[in-house]
Amino acid sequence: MAKQIERIEFKDITKRFPGVLACDKINLQVNRGEILALLGENGAGKTTLMNVLYGLYQPDEGEILINGENICIDTPQKAGELGIGMVHQHFMLVPNLTVKENVALCMFNNSAIKLDLDLVTETIKEISASHNIKIDPDAYIWELSVGEQQRVELIKALSLGANLLILDEPTAVLTPQETDKLILLLQEMAASGCSIIFISHKLNEVKAVSHHVAVLRNGRMVYNGSTDDHTTDELATLMAGRDIALPVAKEKMVSEEIILNIQNVTALGDRGTEALDGLSLSLSKGEILGIAGVSGNGQSELAEIINGLRKVQSGKVVLDGEDITNRTPQQIIDRRIGYIPADRLHEGTVAAFSVKENMILKDYAQAPLSRATFLMDKTISNYAEGLVAKFDIKTPDIDTTCASLSGGNIQKVIVAREINRNPKVLVAVYPTRGLDMGAAEFVHSELLAARDNNEAVLLISEELEELMNLSDRIAVIYEGKILKVIPAKEAQKSELGLLMAGVQNEKE
Amino acid sequence: MKKNRLHEQMYNLGMTTFSLVVALMIGAVLFVIAGANPITAYWVMFTAPLQDIFGITEMFVRAAPLLLVALGISISFRSGILNIGGEGQILVGAIFGLFIALYAPQMHWSVMVPLIFVASFAGGALWGGIAGWMRAYLNVNEILSTVMLNYVAIQIYNFLIRGPMMDKQEIAYGTGASQTARIAREYWLTKLIPGARMHSGMIIAIIMAVIVFFFLWKTIYGYRMRAVGAEIKASRYAGINTKWYLLLAMLLAGGFAGMAGAVEILGVHHRGLESISAGYGFSGIVVALFGGLHPLGAIPASVVFGLLIVGADMMQRAVQVPAYVILAIQGLIILAIVSSNVFITKKGMRAKVINLLKKMTGRG
Repeated sequence: MAKQIERIEFKDITKRFPGVLACDKINLQVNRGEILALLGENGAGKTTLMNVLYGLYQPDEGEILINGENICIDTPQKAGELGIGMVHQHFMLVPNLTVKENVALCMFNNSAIKLDLDLVTETIKEISASHNIKIDPDAYIWELSVGEQQRVELIKALSLGANLLILDEPTAVLTPQETDKLILLLQEMAASGCSIIFISHKLNEVKAVSHHVAVLRNGRMVYNGSTDDHTTDELATLMAGRDIALPVAKEKMVSEEIILNIQNVTALGDRGTEALDGLSLSLSKGEILGIAGVSGNGQSELAEIINGLRKVQSGKVVLDGEDITNRTPQQIIDRRIGYIPADRLHEGTVAAFSVKENMILKDYAQAPLSRATFLMDKTISNYAEGLVAKFDIKTPDIDTTCASLSGGNIQKVIVAREINRNPKVLVAVYPTRGLDMGAAEFVHSELLAARDNNEAVLLISEELEELMNLSDRIAVIYEGKILKVIPAKEAQKSELGLLMAGVQNEKE
Repeated sequence: MKKNRLHEQMYNLGMTTFSLVVALMIGAVLFVIAGANPITAYWVMFTAPLQDIFGITEMFVRAAPLLLVALGISISFRSGILNIGGEGQILVGAIFGLFIALYAPQMHWSVMVPLIFVASFAGGALWGGIAGWMRAYLNVNEILSTVMLNYVAIQIYNFLIRGPMMDKQEIAYGTGASQTARIAREYWLTKLIPGARMHSGMIIAIIMAVIVFFFLWKTIYGYRMRAVGAEIKASRYAGINTKWYLLLAMLLAGGFAGMAGAVEILGVHHRGLESISAGYGFSGIVVALFGGLHPLGAIPASVVFGLLIVGADMMQRAVQVPAYVILAIQGLIILAIVSSNVFITKKGMRAKVINLLKKMTGRG
């Protein structure tokens, strides 16, 4: 077992990459039982700094002190031996193994041959008892929800004797309820002597969970102090280096003209079970309809049946008076339905294609981008240059592949392409997941602009705040059905939370 | 940014060359075991073919079918299909071409030669298309189906040239060599240099390479095929009929391999013989990879491989090593190129290598 870490210090840590100063003389300190939030936009240097601590990178300058002792961490294994554990944003779990087998995978067994799973089970039980983390050691990973999988990651780290935990954007994949649970859990763990570094750009969570906060911007530490000294707005300003305010929908007269009508639709999910179960929904011109729900309740299937990417078993989808049920994706694109999919790297863009080629992904076959099947290179370049300028996409040039852009800029490429097609209906699925505040602000204002342009927006999100800020109405989806549609100004978080959990309020 | 791209290409070229050198060094050990001097062996292999007209022309004789197969492979790999069925597609292409050349009413060459090429293309396309259709609509792994279809094609081809399509004269004289009758001299591809085997097939192949380049990068069909190959989910999202484009990719891949069959019967052998495909279906894959799966890159790559094949033949005679050592070295070169691809395509590898170089030169 590793020694207890009483205090860990970063002294003047500097890390350079070709052409980039990722960390510039960072000084930081975490004490036992303390939760430090590391804030910063994408590319601010948070992850680099943590990878230095976890032994994945070597600092170019500076040193790391544990309990006052200068330590060289050259491999993740060494970090583990020192009692440092990391929970990555993307879980490192084998889905078709059980919880205990996954934990055993990263433990160093005493025997080279025998796999002592009973010992592992004991360890898991001990840890879950002492930290109050509930988990069934015999459950398969694929059976667990995302929140439960994260708990397995925590147990994995703890069973290796970690007493300093690094969590890289742990709430990015969680529902609001799961996030609340995680925050409670982290506070309990800190109270029992763990130190925690919590990487995030969600300010509310940072306020709720941390004692200290360190804000990074462009590789520099711009604030390091107590969390209580600043409001969320002040932290946001520090993070972005400018005043930032997520736009909020202004009251607007929603026309009564229904543009998209989904009538009693059923559809199967990927596993062949019924994902949509008699879902009905209507969307008017010039409104943003928010869909709230815990992920896996039919949201992605709903987006897919509208866009022709999934077969409808029964029921109808009507666009502007025309039945478009089970039309091909191309026919639906031609009828001007826009779609910002959840998987921006594999579905929204062809990652290996250049920015230019991604910009024309839906209109390449139309004049003037192509004539008589020939792509018009010059027109396409001008078109792409125009969009890059108009939507302020940060890319070296239009021939750069999308894969090498940051998540925010990839999303901007998709949003630019979809908005520029002037869609009648725009379906946006988790459009700001994993984006920093600046990029989220951009996406939100574009969605609002589309609404003000009398386009209809179907916004599927797990973040209640986003839904309440932007939507005109909020519909709650649960097990493939719409439980209730509430005007956004009357919506309350608590009521939405209950509906998302399937609890109907009977008294009304 | 332009400068960066140049650096990248220099790095890619450097990595490929480096891995080739490593492969040749391992190969040198094999030569020593076989009792030959590796330096003489390599010297003969790389320079002997270039010393006379015979070597140079032979190089292009090999390069023509290699280039055509490589074009098909580039199309299919770019569309996300690993086509290992070049051999079978060449043979079926040859059968279709022979059928027209030998049994169709004889017409002027300006009609017949294009007709034979079209027939060969159709034959190859049919054979590739079977695997493509099974992949797109039945989800059958294309590596398996194309390899297996090679065996089917070989047996059909051998049956035909030993049976129904066998040369009547061979039967009459009782010599029984398994080959078809000779194609009328009028239809042979033009010899470019008197006395050498080099024919106009290489010119046809280069024209095809340019056409494929325009097709893949300048037309909406090529755009769709590349999209399907790069990201099938995003292609569906973009409204592309992904199944049809997977099938089309295999039709074209097979078609070009089939054309290689036509080049061999019209340009080199002038009849159907056993093992007419001569391993081009497999070497073509390496040529395509060596050319960066780019139709224009495949042109120099096919010439280099033509050199390797001719050079290996000459080396075998010069230093008296068993043919299998030559095959082993060709295999090593293939492995080297494929593994150097890891260094080229894997993210972060480049930075690591550059860092290492800096440390080694003491500038870091």
